[in-house]
Amino acid sequence: MASKIPARDYSLIGDTSRRAREQGLVTAQWYQTEIPRKTLKQLMKRRDGPAIRDTLGWFALLAVTGGLVVALWGSWWVVPVLLVYGVFYGSASDSRWHECGHGTAFKTRWLNDWLYQLACFMIMREPTPWRWSHARHHTDTIIVGRDPEIAAPRPTSLAHHILAFFTLPQTWTTLKSVARHSLGQLSVDEADYIPEMEQPRVYRTARVWLLLHGLIIATAVLLQSWLPVMLAGVLPTLYGGWLSYIFGLTQHAGLAENVLDHRQNSRTVRMNPVFRFIYWNMNYHIEHHMYPMVPYHALPQLHQALKHDMPPVYPSTWAAYREIIPALWRQRTDPDYFVRRPVPATGKTPDAAAPAAA
Amino acid sequence: MSEWIKVCALDDIDAEDVIRFDHGDRTFAVYRSEDDEVYATDGLCTHEQVHLADGLVMDEIIECPKHNGRFDYTTGEAKGAPVCVNLNSYPARVEDGTVFIQL
Ligand code: FES
Repeated sequence: MASKIPARDYSLIGDTSRRAREQGLVTAQWYQTEIPRKTLKQLMKRRDGPAIRDTLGWFALLAVTGGLVVALWGSWWVVPVLLVYGVFYGSASDSRWHECGHGTAFKTRWLNDWLYQLACFMIMREPTPWRWSHARHHTDTIIVGRDPEIAAPRPTSLAHHILAFFTLPQTWTTLKSVARHSLGQLSVDEADYIPEMEQPRVYRTARVWLLLHGLIIATAVLLQSWLPVMLAGVLPTLYGGWLSYIFGLTQHAGLAENVLDHRQNSRTVRMNPVFRFIYWNMNYHIEHHMYPMVPYHALPQLHQALKHDMPPVYPSTWAAYREIIPALWRQRTDPDYFVRRPVPATGKTPDAAAPAAA
Repeated sequence: MSEWIKVCALDDIDAEDVIRFDHGDRTFAVYRSEDDEVYATDGLCTHEQVHLADGLVMDEIIECPKHNGRFDYTTGEAKGAPVCVNLNSYPARVEDGTVFIQL
């Protein structure tokens, strides 16, 4: 009988975390393709226009599909419309959360902050903990024991991925953490990456969220209808988040852990304009990790500037999955396996021990 | 005692930009605003010690290249997560087209 494959320790306070530090993988110097400062400055430039246009378009799509849900409620025609509404609610909010968290979507700060709060509520990610967890994801990308956002831990658990397709593990974790935070408590992992001065903000937001979710449920009870909970709160995140899961897995799943070169642990995938609207160009994922200051609307140009030093682009989402599915399948029983990306020999991979502030 | 240290020619810094300046075992960020005022702060972000000179200058803000933390470079004030600790700022001036900072 095959022996059980031991699970890796992805917690942030265990032995793997200590080992990562000993190996110089923590807050390390990452490989960066060189780009002239003038070009980079041009690409980093903030603008309000593209994100205002895209946000108004997004709200319009939510209003139209949400309105159709209300109009068709009670008939079977509502099912396909709900699926579309759900994608705009539970999946498009993921990329808005991400880009506004970086503060790069809009030039105007309050617009970033405002959309960040809204998208966080829609995707069920608490604003402050996720801001800090995402900062850590950028510092120590796919470093085991450091990165709190590893979406495809090894060995692969099929059950985890099936549940994650419906955003269940994340939503369940959020519901528990909102309850915990509303009582003024943090988990040990959270205390590792959320500074003390930010903690009161975590508790305050959790209480506001409880109130908002309570109001949505109270409206449903008052109206004696499921409609309010299908349009806002937990349920649309669950039935609509699947596309963000599909997109999210393309970012790093099946690639190397514990390397200091985003070209080896991230994917850039060519996507159609509809996907890129929903995903806000995060398909240019290597470029995003290499230069997180560049706003989503300038990532195609950044890609052009860096492509001479990049591994081949995946020509489609399906092409990426033709690699991801077999890799994850194999990692069920062989957690040491990963896909090696052909990285151009134009630069040197950084010394693992070099500190960031050399 | 504090002294004025020569950094570079003003023209070596683009308007609305920043350069890195190393002096002894310390590193600084020296800024030129859009209206040609000069400023100086510590060179490393207080979050994770990344060189701010690789970041983006917008109005009076320097945005860190690693996690987009923001500081007011005219005062060194941290403007919110993920930066919580202010930068030290230093007097800076231009004399005959040369930038000096006081350390
Ligand atoms: S290192 Fe500067 S914001 Fe994190």
